Amino acid sequence: MTPGERKSLIKGVAFISPWILGFLAFNLYPLIASIWFSLCDYSVLSQPVFLGTQNYVDLWRDPVFWKALQNTVVFAAVAIPLSTFLSIGLAVLLNQPIAGQGIYRTIFFLPSLVPAISLAILWQWMLNGPMGLVNNLLRPFLDLLNLAFHIQLKAPDWLNDPNFALWGLILTGLWGTGQAVVIYLAGLQDVPAELYEAAELDGTSAWQRFVHITLPMLSPVIFFNVLMSIIGALQTFAVPYILTNGGDGPGRSLLFLATYIYQNAFDYWNMGYASALALCLFLLIIGLSLVTVRYGERKVHYSGK
Amino acid sequence: MKKNFNTTFSIIALLGLGFLFLLPFFWMVSTSLKPLNETMKLPPEWLPSSPQWHNYPDAMKAMGPFWLFARNSLVLAFLNVVGTVFSSALVAYGFSRLDWRGRDGVFFVLLATMMIPFPVVMVPIYGLFRALGWIGTFQPLWVPAFLAGAFNVFLLRQFFLTIPRDLSEAARIDGCSELRIFWQIILPLAKPALLTVALFQFMATWNDFLGPLIFLARENQYTLALGLQALQGTISGTPWHHLMAASTLVLLPVLVLFFLTQRTFIRGIATTGLK
Repeated sequence: MTPGERKSLIKGVAFISPWILGFLAFNLYPLIASIWFSLCDYSVLSQPVFLGTQNYVDLWRDPVFWKALQNTVVFAAVAIPLSTFLSIGLAVLLNQPIAGQGIYRTIFFLPSLVPAISLAILWQWMLNGPMGLVNNLLRPFLDLLNLAFHIQLKAPDWLNDPNFALWGLILTGLWGTGQAVVIYLAGLQDVPAELYEAAELDGTSAWQRFVHITLPMLSPVIFFNVLMSIIGALQTFAVPYILTNGGDGPGRSLLFLATYIYQNAFDYWNMGYASALALCLFLLIIGLSLVTVRYGERKVHYSGK
Repeated sequence: MKKNFNTTFSIIALLGLGFLFLLPFFWMVSTSLKPLNETMKLPPEWLPSSPQWHNYPDAMKAMGPFWLFARNSLVLAFLNVVGTVFSSALVAYGFSRLDWRGRDGVFFVLLATMMIPFPVVMVPIYGLFRALGWIGTFQPLWVPAFLAGAFNVFLLRQFFLTIPRDLSEAARIDGCSELRIFWQIILPLAKPALLTVALFQFMATWNDFLGPLIFLARENQYTLALGLQALQGTISGTPWHHLMAASTLVLLPVLVLFFLTQRTFIRGIATTGLK
């Protein structure tokens, strides 16, 4: 290294030093410590005692862990496609030349601003079995269906029914999808208008143009959003925690990996077990992200920019 | 003809969906102004028979020291904004305006850390703060902000890269120190990006729930989010009018901030998705 190179290296490292400190204290150290704690009996109140792989053996045999894992994966697998379809659909609608576009955009964006605490309490009320607005709007439709088909559909008691609680959470999430709408809309506005004009001259239908122009041109944005949604969905904690008044729902139907980490760490002071769970969550995130990136590399269309 | 049909369809769809998206807001405010017995009426009335404005002060009283919670939330938000903006800008400068060996490799590590969510690392971090004697104080909730956030660094770096290199070169030839170039040339040019980061951080801190939940101990340290959760948990026979009033109050500052800075805000969000 020449003296000049060394000087610029020192300068560069000096500028990024706040991040290096943060990285060591809040990323690298916790990851390494988690591996160590996960092999120990550790309650934070006393020194960790080495246990070997006991925590992982317990985890493998713990039905609650499998429930949390299942809920987490099912939630991500249902909520992410639904919110992706909804937000792309809304963005396409917003991209039409319509008066008041800015007002509509604001309306769809507003819910994503609502703090988790307000959001969860509001939806606890919206999803209330007898008195909630959702069911009161749903009932006339169900009555109509019941009358027409001689069936007995009843509005669910969303958050108190193990079969519906997860759907209640998904509905809550769909309401807050506005950020993605704004991002997709920006992506749509980047698609050159000539592409559509040329395709229209060739006599293509609106649907063909959507599939063959809009989707490929939007694919890098979709890819980025889906990746971020995966990381977000897998760590979901605050909204289900508040929706259940600090619990995990009927029949643990709103227990997620993050919730179970929290319970073990701060309700049972079982930090060793919590660390083993945390590493599982981390591996899940890395694994699913890598799968998405691999898949994305093949499917995403990058225009020559 | 076809174009007209598409536009008409879009307008109808947008009106319908827009109505559905606004409905929860309407319901929140409407419930917050009802007397308790009207919140439980079946089928529900759309509007309160007469708006009960005193529900708001009543809800604040039910939460306990509301203004103390509000002050705690504001102080934390302020410290987090200041800390993140300055430290992230400094780090972003090091990753974009300076050339040094290994820079891009280190930047890749920074991007990778975005895949580590807080629940994964919170146990050792809790242990760390405990060893420092910081549990039950505000420090765990603002000191880390001064050590730069990966996402904000990424955002600012992208912006700094668009500023012409010649500007700093000219200053360097004039013998300007790197810190002065950062402070007097780059930062003023980056104001819109800095404002975006400040807004995002304010929202993140104001909305944060898990951090205060595990690091704070006493009620007089609660943020608004924790105070509201305590209200939700303590009272039986759920007073929905109070809960809706309190939820509205916690949301209000965020809405005001959004409407004041709408343009920056929307542009900021739009750019986060486009590389």
